[in-house]
This record gives sequence, C-alpha cells and structure tokens, in this order.
Amino acid sequence: MKARANAMELVGGAMVASLVIVAILAHVLAPYDPTRAVANSFGDPWAPSWRFPLGTDELGRDVLSRIIVGARISLEVGVAAMVVTMTIGVAIGLAAGFFGGTVDFVLMRFTDVMLTLPSLLLAMALVSVRGPSLLVILIVIGIVSWTSVARVVRAEALSMSQRDFVMAARALGAPPQRLIVRHVLPNVAPTIIVMAALGTSGTLLLDAALSFLGLGVPPPTPSWGRMIEEATIYFRVAPWLATFPGLAIFYAVLGFNLLGYGVLRRRAR
Amino acid sequence: MFAYLIRRIFFGAFVLLGTSLITFAIAFMVPADPAVAMAGAKADPHTLATIRHQLHLDEPLYVQYGEYVDRALHGDLGRSYIRRESVTRLILSRFPATALLAISAMALSLMLGIAMGLVATAYRGSFIDNTQLVASLAMVSMPVFWLGTMLLIAASAFTRSIPLGGLAGWKSLILPTITLALGSAGYYSRILHTNLSDAMAQEYVRTAIGKGLSRSRAMVKHAMANALLPLITLAGLDLAGLLSGVVLTETVFNWPGIGRLAYEAIFSLDIPLIMGTVLFSAFLIVIANLVVDLMYAYFDPRIRLEEMG
Repeated sequence: MKARANAMELVGGAMVASLVIVAILAHVLAPYDPTRAVANSFGDPWAPSWRFPLGTDELGRDVLSRIIVGARISLEVGVAAMVVTMTIGVAIGLAAGFFGGTVDFVLMRFTDVMLTLPSLLLAMALVSVRGPSLLVILIVIGIVSWTSVARVVRAEALSMSQRDFVMAARALGAPPQRLIVRHVLPNVAPTIIVMAALGTSGTLLLDAALSFLGLGVPPPTPSWGRMIEEATIYFRVAPWLATFPGLAIFYAVLGFNLLGYGVLRRRAR
Repeated sequence: MFAYLIRRIFFGAFVLLGTSLITFAIAFMVPADPAVAMAGAKADPHTLATIRHQLHLDEPLYVQYGEYVDRALHGDLGRSYIRRESVTRLILSRFPATALLAISAMALSLMLGIAMGLVATAYRGSFIDNTQLVASLAMVSMPVFWLGTMLLIAASAFTRSIPLGGLAGWKSLILPTITLALGSAGYYSRILHTNLSDAMAQEYVRTAIGKGLSRSRAMVKHAMANALLPLITLAGLDLAGLLSGVVLTETVFNWPGIGRLAYEAIFSLDIPLIMGTVLFSAFLIVIANLVVDLMYAYFDPRIRLEEMG
C-alpha cells in the first residue's frame, strides 16, 4: 500500500506545483500588463520575438503575460469548481451509501437522471440563462459534474458502513453524524483526494470549453479558453495566438491527470 | 429475461420523465419573458397577452408541464421562438450530418483505441506500455476545441485538398473525425488495457497458455472476448452522446449538425429549441442504455442467470 511515489505522480505533482507558483506570482512574472495594449499591433498580431516571446494579439496585448495571468484565473476557477463538485458529490454519495434504503434509492435515481443529461449542453444552457459570472460558472460546473464523484463515494461509504469498526461504534450508541465524520469519512478520504485531482482536470476542461464558447468569466480578465476563441479568426495569419493558450490548458489538465492516475496506480498495487 | 426487459424499460421511462422535469425547469430559470422575446421589446400588452395565451404561458405550471410531456410523447417538442419552425423537424434535419460525424469518429476511436490497448497489454510493463499510458493521458487531456483549431492550422499550412469547414464531400469529415476520435481513443485504450490485463490473469486464459497456446493468441482469442464487452458498453453510450451533437467540434468546423443547432439556440435563448436538444440527447442516452443492458444480458450468461434468479 505504502509504495514509493511513481514517476507519474512526481511529474504530475511537479507540473501542478509549477502551475500554482506561476498563478501565485502571476503579477510579478508577467512582463507586461495583460489587459493593456503594449505593442502597436492593432488588427495585425505580431509573431513571437525577443521582446514578446509568444507574440502579441490583435489588440496589441502581450500573449505571454495574458497566459501567465490566465493561469491564475483558470486555476482559481478550476479548483473552486472542483470544490463545489466534490462538496455536492461527497455529500450525496456519503448520505446514499451510509443511510442506504430509501435515501439511497432516491439519491441514486436522481444521479441516474443527471447522468443522462448532456453535461456541456446543460452547462451552456444554465450559464446563458443566468448570465456568465464567476459564481454562476462555479455553481453550474458543480451541478453538471458531481455525479461520478457521488457514485464512487457511495460505493466506498457503503462498504465502510458494513465494516466491523463502524458496526462496533454504532452498537456503542454513536449517532450517525459522528459515525460519518469520525469513521466513514476518514476512510473514504484517499479516494476523495484522487477524485479531486482528476476532477480538477475535468473542471479545467469544462471551464475552458465554456470560455471558448463565450460563456466564461467576462472580459477583460484573460482566460485561456477565450484567448483561443478570439484567435480562431486569425488561425491562418497568426497561428501562435491559438497555439500557446491551448498548450497552457493542455499542460494544466495533463498535470492533474498524471497526478491523479499516478496516485491511483500506486494504491492499486 | 422478460421480467428483466420490462424492468429496464420501466427504468428508462422513469429517467426520461426525470430529465423532462429538469429541462422544463430550465425554461423557468430564464429571466426574460418568452412573449417579449418573440414579439420584441416594444410590443403592446395586448399582443403579449395573446402570445402568452397561445403558448399556454398563462396556465398553472403543472398544466403546462403535463401538456409539455403529452406533446413530447407524440414527438412534438414545440416550436422554435426564433426560427418559427417545429423543433422536432429542426433536430431531425440536422441529424444526418451529426450521425455521419458520430459514426466515423466512433469507428476511428475504436480502431485506434483497441490497437493501442492490444499493443500495450502485449508488452505489459515494458517501455511501450508506459509510453502508451502517457500518450493516452495526453490524448484525454487535450481540449477538443484546441485540437480542432490546431488541425485547422496544420491543414491550412500544409495542404489545400482538405476542406477546413462545413460539410462538402467525404474529405470534410477528416479533420472533425480526428478531433473527436483522439480523446476517446486514449480513454478506450486504457479501459481495454485494464480489462485485458485482468482477463489474462484469469484461470481459463492461463489454462489455455499452459496447454501450449501462445500468449498473443490466448490474448486475442480468449481474453479479448471478456475484455471487449465493457468497452462496447462504453462505446454504445458514447455513440449516443455523439449522436446528440458535439457542440465544440461542430462549432470549430462549422459542421451543420445538432451541436451547432444547440449552440445557436443557447445564444439566441431559444428556449423550446434548447429544451428540445437536451431532451433529444437524454432520449438517445436512455435508448443506448437499454440496448447495452440487453446486449449484456444476451452475451453474458452470468448476468442473464443472475437476473432470472
């Protein structure tokens, strides 16, 4: 069980750590103001050069600075949306698995219904009817992505609540909330951590997709997804505009995936 | 078997009812008044009242919901506010383009995924296996819309013979198919790898190898039979998802399918069309679930016997 950390975990962990550092130091690391025109390249984006390593966009803004500050926004939204997702998923999964019976039946049938709905379409519809704001986006991502978390946590909680030590505590008269918080939750925690890492890659992708569709955090806040969307009409003349923000999303998602699957692999041995 | 069938159908109907309730709820989260959306902001109160009456918006919610379900059961998903056309007809008119893309993407992702999974399992624990693991993770980590844009850039730079958007001839399928297939291929290869590795450790496969069958033949002839079933299940559900339209890929390539239709509906707040596309997609998923359940029961006697008790 306590095997050495594998290469996947280490690389993934390092990628995530680098991302966190860039996000925290974003305003120190960014060479220019990400929301201001710093080059005289209006309507005619400049290719990468020494002065602007990743080029400038159609409004004369520095792409590198926008990507660096975008890391902060993307990570904030990704992690916060993951927390919302996990909170809903863990609460529903724990309740269903621990209490069983009617509670389990009702919650799981609700999960079945939610699983049937197309998540991106539902997210788009909800964001567009409520208007894109940070809070709406976080809640909507949570609403459409908690189902798989709930299913996994339910299965774990179900098997935990049948174990001898939980039975013993129950027999000694411990109330349900104590049983859940003191006995079931700590034993489900490793699973929750893995799901959180993998969940973040999911929320990052969903947030990027919403931004790409024009339903992300409103401008002028730099967002990786919207940078790609704005770059699509320049894909012939300025391919770097779409390339670099996409690489940033790819890097972030891959980092969380490597970390999550790495931990999963070690625990499976 | 028959009781099982009935239970699954009943369950499917229940899930559809649930999804209809949720899609119906979306309509009431819209801050805008549909009558105003149709008639324009300057319409006089009388016109608005007439429209509301025609759309039954002046009736109690449960009556509206009842009528909505009743009409949906008869295949009528209402009329688009913006396009003034039947939602069912709009969705069906876009279905062929989406189905074409869905089937070609599914074919490519299964071929690629199965090939990658087979190779990785055959060389289990080796450099090839690890490379395949990282490659498949990279494939699932790529944002679809970015991959599509990158393919557009590559195609426009290196060749003139591949169309960059729209649906015109089989060549226009190339880029959107690759865009859609790569991610699921990576996923399928991992699922197959896990299942195949498990199956290879089973008694019946080890017996076959012990009796002199080569490892690779045992893998393809014996282990595959058990390893493929869960993959086909997954692919069946994914196909239903693809058939209901893929918003991102269809947007990038300007593909005239249901995904683009849904995208346009969402941006014009065309509520009946939004509800229609969501419900249509849920319907396909429920049907796919049903087919997959039955297929499972048919192919895997363990399930059939257990269900019959």
